[in-house]
Amino acid sequence: MSFINYLSREINCKIVYYGPGLCGKTTNLQYIYNKTNPEAKGKMISLATETERTLFFDFLPLALGEIRGFKTRFHLYTVPGQVFYDASRKLILKGVDGVVFVADSQIARMEANLESMENLRTNLAEQGYSLDKLPHVIQYNKRDMPSVAPVEELRSLLNPNGMPDFGAIATTGDGVFDTLKAVAKLVLTELKRGGAGG
Amino acid sequence: MTNPQMVMYEEEFNQIQTIVDRVVREANAQVVFIIDKNGQLIAAAGETDQLDTTSLASLTAGNIAATGGIAKLLRENEFSTQFHEGERANIHIQLVGNRVILVVIFDNKTSLGLVRLRVKKASEELNSIFEALLSKVQDPQQSTPFAEITDDDIDNLFND
Repeated sequence: MSFINYLSREINCKIVYYGPGLCGKTTNLQYIYNKTNPEAKGKMISLATETERTLFFDFLPLALGEIRGFKTRFHLYTVPGQVFYDASRKLILKGVDGVVFVADSQIARMEANLESMENLRTNLAEQGYSLDKLPHVIQYNKRDMPSVAPVEELRSLLNPNGMPDFGAIATTGDGVFDTLKAVAKLVLTELKRGGAGG
Repeated sequence: MTNPQMVMYEEEFNQIQTIVDRVVREANAQVVFIIDKNGQLIAAAGETDQLDTTSLASLTAGNIAATGGIAKLLRENEFSTQFHEGERANIHIQLVGNRVILVVIFDNKTSLGLVRLRVKKASEELNSIFEALLSKVQDPQQSTPFAEITDDDIDNLFND
């Protein structure tokens, strides 16, 4: 649910990075944080365990620029990827305007990807959203790892709707901003059409 | 979609800001702010210069969401009030109309009782403002400024 403020002429949107545990959601946000001008970003908040696994969420506010006199601000959130944090994941999806699904390209994580995608669909449906109608993009992360599945294979399994998708190496930043720009664009296009979610 | 879009117009914003300013004064609070349940800051008053209100808004909303999740598990509708007591600062968090969150940060210059009293009165007023705002937003006659945005406008935003 975006928030349009006519007074301060601002538009705020919420983007959630979703995906299986250790797929690189937090790494995406950290890279964006490190590479963004100080005036365009707020503080990055990570609610993590002592072993640096996301416990509740990471949060990064980002200003992207102006459209027709309206400042566009995006609030980026990650969910905790570990299966047993499902209750927290549901909470973070509330009011979402766009989703980045971060898949782990490693063959060994294929099942975890599929499970997480299914979990995303279920959790969205519980709140009356449909993934098919919600702006979303897919990122195939960890392309630099030794045993990765071909992008075509990942695409056929995880992106049946043909949404924008990107290979990425979040640790070096490859594909990180392409992914963000694509989802931001979809969210704004959806706003222009006057709808959001499903 | 399930949640209607949150839109803020000048008229309602001024009404809300008046209430928030008044709570700062009457409760003798340091900071008062209002956020929506998704963590977007709507209005703030008091000594906000020293505070990262964006982060506070997001964390408070997360806190309310987590508490709401606990309530659900206990088959409670909602725990609508939270209070955290610190050594120097205290924070009172009130869910208003299950839609927005009224946050009051205060020190020992005032008391929890006074804060509660002022929050209760403000909540009722805020609730009716947001009800009115919501029906205004749902009015199909209201157009969004984004209908006029072109694909080029969006593309331009991403030209480095």
